[in-house]
Amino acid sequence: MAERLLLANIVMLNSIAFYILAVITLAGAVAALTLRNLVHCALCVAASFAGIALIYLQLDAEFVGFAQILVYIGAVAILVLFTVLLTRGTEVQAGVAFLSRSWPAGLAVTALVFAAIAAPILLTPELHKLAADSASAPVRKIGEELMGNYVLPLEVIGLLLTSALLGAVVIAMQDKKD
Amino acid sequence: MTPLTHYLIFSALLFCIGFAGAMMRRNAILVLIGIELMLNAANLNFIAFWRYGNTEAISGVMFTIFSIAIAAAEAAVGLALVIAIYRHRRTMQMDKFDTLKG
Amino acid sequence: MIDSLDQIFVSLKHWLVGLTPEAWQPLVSILVSIVPIMALFGTCFAATTIFERKILGRAQNRLGPNRVRAFGVKTFGLLQPIADGIKMLTKEDIVPFAADKVVHFLAPVVLTTPAWMLFSVIPLGRNMAAIDLDAGILFFFAVGSASELAVFMAGWSSKNKYSLVGSMRAIAQMISYEVPLVLSTIPVLMLAGTLSPSQVVEAQGVGTGFFAHWFVFTPWGLSGFVVFLIAATAESNRSPFDLPEAESEIIAGFLTEYSGFKYALFFLGEYIGLFAVAGMAVTLFLGGWQAPCKALEFIPSYLWFFGKFAVLIVFFIWVRATLPRLRLDQLLALAWRFLVPLALINLVVAALWHFMGSWQFIAAMPVRWGICAMLVVLPFVWFARLLNGGKVAPRKYRYAE
Repeated sequence: MAERLLLANIVMLNSIAFYILAVITLAGAVAALTLRNLVHCALCVAASFAGIALIYLQLDAEFVGFAQILVYIGAVAILVLFTVLLTRGTEVQAGVAFLSRSWPAGLAVTALVFAAIAAPILLTPELHKLAADSASAPVRKIGEELMGNYVLPLEVIGLLLTSALLGAVVIAMQDKKD
Repeated sequence: MTPLTHYLIFSALLFCIGFAGAMMRRNAILVLIGIELMLNAANLNFIAFWRYGNTEAISGVMFTIFSIAIAAAEAAVGLALVIAIYRHRRTMQMDKFDTLKG
Repeated sequence: MIDSLDQIFVSLKHWLVGLTPEAWQPLVSILVSIVPIMALFGTCFAATTIFERKILGRAQNRLGPNRVRAFGVKTFGLLQPIADGIKMLTKEDIVPFAADKVVHFLAPVVLTTPAWMLFSVIPLGRNMAAIDLDAGILFFFAVGSASELAVFMAGWSSKNKYSLVGSMRAIAQMISYEVPLVLSTIPVLMLAGTLSPSQVVEAQGVGTGFFAHWFVFTPWGLSGFVVFLIAATAESNRSPFDLPEAESEIIAGFLTEYSGFKYALFFLGEYIGLFAVAGMAVTLFLGGWQAPCKALEFIPSYLWFFGKFAVLIVFFIWVRATLPRLRLDQLLALAWRFLVPLALINLVVAALWHFMGSWQFIAAMPVRWGICAMLVVLPFVWFARLLNGGKVAPRKYRYAE
């Protein structure tokens, strides 16, 4: 009895955690794309990334969750903030429209996309039946897979990251002639 | 336990928010942020399907790890491009980048 | 007897958790882990502030704080932290008129909260990690990287040029030094074969031999430890890497517009971050809670951990008292032209060390040591000379006239 209560407690807390995190993530995302001050946008999107990382943890994907925090909050958010400052994005101009001219079309397309994604999810009864057992992706297993099955993609990622690093430096470098 | 569909609907919402941002905002940085959010929504789907599917096969997790690495590279190059464009055009408004428009 | 003394806190926790109804046990277990950690390192923070000032005072040929009295009783300044605390908490909390109020308020919270979370994975003694995460070391670095965001928030939201300059310096410094910090831990993870801090500590145990296999006692471990310590000093913005808050140049950097309780929170966050990174250095290189040799194993594991931890903290204070502040270009050159190459070479050395471990011939041990030590020392000397402008001659000191 007590044990079942215990399990029920944890499962319930886990579900509640998901809904809280989902709300935070979505609110962060909406705020990031509607606010006018770009620094606020970047901070909100960082909150949204953190929410997603916590949802990964809630889904028992430890390694991915931590990688998400490390990459998105530690690197991408900081990069975005640097770009905002380097391009004087903090100066909010009063008269300039912040939506593009064709925004009604964009809204319509977005609604269509959402319908196209959501309809199959809701209309597929098999998805409701899937149950989650206890799961874990131990780091050792991820490492073995990376060095075994996925060694070629890993090498390619290494190459890609190196070239992206060099490319980013070359693109953003100040031309000597200027 | 939360049903899988809630995760999927959540990720669809996130994807659409990112999509709307990328479509509708003028600022180039925000377009990039929107794309990042879309990528994240896709990653979340991978993890959710891994968790609710066969957890022995961790290809969902692996795919997400690679996807995060690629997203980092994409952000670095994208933001470098933004800085380069800003240096030449002194603006971040996407609809001002129209020199090829004849 | 020795075992029960060693495990006294673990048993205490189990006993306390056992007293509560079963449905609440997970929650209580978490609380019983969090509260002692916060109390302990909070006390450490208070103790460090006073001892740091005392040691700095002695290093500068003065006494340091020694005036605080309680009810007319002399305390030799030991109650200084309480006086400081009262001063901080009663000060007016000033928010600049132009500041971005919300971000200005959130910055100290965002800095301090992750800093506390860092302790959750550090094993403070045998079986004494708050949560034994499979990917604990990754967690440590991931959560640690959140402080960059907090520093940016503080600097930008103050709407003060000194704050912004300070925070930009801090971020450049933290990003640059995160690379050698993480790279220097990779050999440890490679040779311990795990990302879990407790298993890293297990791997450094005495085992069947007489002496413990602390990683710092190997060539690659020593090199990694030195790189890690330098990078850790820079990560926690301590002197000689305290450019972000260089008083003589930019007032107090990103702290300029903070006062009262928020300033205290920043102060706390920085020290807590320093403690966490020192704890991680102990875990990774100094054998965590392991005793150095078999004969000393009767001393409880947590005392070993805190002994090493205290030595490291005193070392950080000593460095602060000794070295002058770096220039910004020197700072970045040190990271990218000295620490990063050394950390990369160290990876190779660690791999060599691992494979030479299977050598069976008679002088295998000295040869292994010789080759690895050479591969560690020569690059250190060479890169240090390169950093010095490639000159071989001894450095010339110029004095102000």
